[in-house]
Amino acid sequence: MGDFVNIFIKSAFIENMILAYFLGMCSFLAVSKSLQTAFGLGLAVIFVLGITMPINWLINEYLLVSFELEFLRFIVFIAVIASTVQLVEMVVEKYSPGLYAALGIFLPLITVNCAILGGSLFMVSREYNLTESIAFGLGGGFGWFLAIIAIAAIRERIRYSNVPPAMRGLGMAFLLTGLMGLAFLSLSGIDPAVFGGWNPPK
Amino acid sequence: MATATETKAPKKEPLFGKQERTLLTDPLLDNNPITIQVLGVCSALAVTSLVYPSLVMAVAVVFVCAFSSLVTSLLRNAIPKAVRLIVQLVIIATLVTLVNEALKAINYPVYKQLSVYIGLIITNCIVMGRLEAFAMANKPWRSFLDGIGNGLGYGLILVVVGAIREIFGKGTLFAGSGIAMRFIGPGPEFMIDTATVGQWGNSWFGWYANNNFMVMSVAAMFVIAVLIWWQRSRNPKLVDIS
Repeated sequence: MGDFVNIFIKSAFIENMILAYFLGMCSFLAVSKSLQTAFGLGLAVIFVLGITMPINWLINEYLLVSFELEFLRFIVFIAVIASTVQLVEMVVEKYSPGLYAALGIFLPLITVNCAILGGSLFMVSREYNLTESIAFGLGGGFGWFLAIIAIAAIRERIRYSNVPPAMRGLGMAFLLTGLMGLAFLSLSGIDPAVFGGWNPPK
Repeated sequence: MATATETKAPKKEPLFGKQERTLLTDPLLDNNPITIQVLGVCSALAVTSLVYPSLVMAVAVVFVCAFSSLVTSLLRNAIPKAVRLIVQLVIIATLVTLVNEALKAINYPVYKQLSVYIGLIITNCIVMGRLEAFAMANKPWRSFLDGIGNGLGYGLILVVVGAIREIFGKGTLFAGSGIAMRFIGPGPEFMIDTATVGQWGNSWFGWYANNNFMVMSVAAMFVIAVLIWWQRSRNPKLVDIS
């Protein structure tokens, strides 16, 4: 449990998917124009990362590694992600129309969000176990959610500011993300397992 | 992009006419994938701390972009609409696997340096975006050119950003490759002997202390923001009105 919390905090804040690794930047920049849509996309990312990460872990461990098929990793992972997204979309549409309306068009978009595939690839290269990869998926998704909410709120405000015409929109979004990345850099190097971590009593 | 798709194709298509040329040159500046279409930004930020890995990445993307466009365009009438995204992803993933294995065999240090970002070409929006926007509706040869053009436009930004960050961050160019040269400031130890590369190898501004900020990936955001600023003030038609 301590590991779970530590990896969650680490992947959400210290190694934030967007602000430290710049994964999922395309949808981050394109969908952060209004707070409401950013909220929907953020939720969908948490959802899909949390589901695909353990599935990919199981497939990687019991199919790819045990049969020495590692070179098929990319194709298998992207197929898992694409079909999971499709499946999740159908299930959510049937059982929870409210959530479906909230996530809306963002679910299919997520297939090509680098953060999802990147999460699975990081999981392999860092040799996480099943619990850790669930924590990494949820934490990474939560960090992504926080970052997109933050920038959407700032961009809604900045629309009323007097920005040079050439920098309007995309240019300012790049600058703002850079500044937010700098702010998050101050968290780097903190190891929650050693310093201020949550260590449960034995 | 729009001009090339809307105009009617002439009876006898030239192999390399004016339209084909615009397919190649348009994405370089005025319809650049990164600064105008906002596609494929992720890898542009993370791999550009040095020129050499950016160059390798650019070559990989040009290859994947061109051949996935070609294959998709050849198959475009056979792909059912409902599963087209998955088919496209499988085509791209196959090509990326090829690139990945080739790079692992040819240049292992760079492969380690690029780590997951080669795999992430699969979800690089440029490739998918061009397949959806162009290759699904156009003939193979033109799709192929469009793929090359967009790959080159992406690579151009990558190399420019990589060069700026490497010169100011490390004072070198092409570090890690055979033609590494020290440009300004005191260079790190792995530089090749400055005497063998002639005057280009001599460091010019010895007093310059390397700016470590440029090595961090955050710096790429600011460099690209400046590029966007320059590009849009040059051509006011590109200004974002929203």
